[in-house]
Amino acid sequence: MAQQQNKLKLYSYWISSCSWRIRIALNLKGLQYQYIPVNLLKGEHFSPEFQKLNPIGYVPVLVDGDIVISDSFAIFMYLEEKYPQIPLLPSDLPKKALNIQATNIVSSSIQPLQNLAVLKYIEEKTSPDEKIPWAKFHIEKGFAALEKLLKDHAGKYATGDEVSMADVFLAPQIFNAIKRFNVDMAKFPLLTRLNDAYSELPEFQKATPENQPDAPPA
Amino acid sequence: MAQQQNNLKLYSYWRSSCSCRIRIALNLKGLDYEYIPVNLLKGEQFSPEFRKLNPIGYVPVLVDGDVVISDSLAIFLYLEEKYPQIPLLPSDLLKKAVNIQAANIVCSSIQPLQNLAVLNYIEEKVSPDEKVPWVKFHIEKGFGALEKLLKDHAGKYATGDEVAMADAFLAPQMHAGIKRFNVDMAKFPLLTRLNEAYSELPEFEKAMPENQPDAPSA
Repeated sequence: MAQQQNKLKLYSYWISSCSWRIRIALNLKGLQYQYIPVNLLKGEHFSPEFQKLNPIGYVPVLVDGDIVISDSFAIFMYLEEKYPQIPLLPSDLPKKALNIQATNIVSSSIQPLQNLAVLKYIEEKTSPDEKIPWAKFHIEKGFAALEKLLKDHAGKYATGDEVSMADVFLAPQIFNAIKRFNVDMAKFPLLTRLNDAYSELPEFQKATPENQPDAPPA
Repeated sequence: MAQQQNNLKLYSYWRSSCSCRIRIALNLKGLDYEYIPVNLLKGEQFSPEFRKLNPIGYVPVLVDGDVVISDSLAIFLYLEEKYPQIPLLPSDLLKKAVNIQAANIVCSSIQPLQNLAVLNYIEEKVSPDEKVPWVKFHIEKGFGALEKLLKDHAGKYATGDEVAMADAFLAPQMHAGIKRFNVDMAKFPLLTRLNEAYSELPEFEKAMPENQPDAPSA
């Protein structure tokens, strides 16, 4: 597939699910990029260089020539518009809305409630034993919503037979639910089937945390 | 401005900031709509009728003829594409991305951490006294991020001299922060200025919680 002129740069952390979403999107669109690791555990997001790039200190950050964009949702929509050749959003308005809704269930109703800072709070204010039940509660609530939402729309993938935005945001969340929080996926047959489908796509597999340059040695 | 003939219905709760975002957007676009209240405190989102419309049970829900869309981000982007006559997103890709990022800071980093379910958890598992500090912490963190993000982009409004998506998402969050949680806005001069600008716009004022048909009488 055609290689684009300017190399994109992605500031990413190996295990950040928000970074992971964009890694998938870039792979699906056939876009080469330079991977620039930002070690969140070491506080590299507070370095003067990174703060200059992104004062808020979040990953991922996409640099495209002069343009600097952060926030996985904003980056995704930018890529979709700037590099439309392999579309990841259907043109049909209701199907497009469905993708955004599924994405936002992950992005607003699940992931923010199980990120590091929140889990740390739960650990401190209640107990370390409370972290996993809390995370599982929110993941399961969101997954149940997704099962209902996608039930009448899913095909081979989340909203039909083509991979799209919903899949990009779902894959990291499902993976984390299973690997980090031991969520019982038996209650979520559609998401289980989708997860199996993602495991067969090289664009998804190349984006997983353990395959990133900054992943710790196995 | 010209009122559009259409078939729009909005299922909304007076106090829901997610619903407020869409009320603002509809007003800004000059779109008439039928307001259908869903009393979240009474559990009306769990009624069979509402579940049939939206299995997930969230507000807002937009009904446009045969099309039913929920999730404020999905609804907003649907309206933007279906009714483009008064655009609420700039065409410049960077400015568009800043708007989406600002909206998503509200949508993912602030609001989900102060919704009813989460506050109930805090009240039960930690203590009733912990609710307000928890909410204030997350609002202030998000507002701090927004001050930094918008610093180099704001004009009369959040991302320039025209009202845009960021404003529609910011206004309800600030309203909630100030009115319900007593956030000290002195630390956020840009947001304070924006909030004052919004108070002068009838499209924003008409959308505020206290002005909705289902608001409790003063």
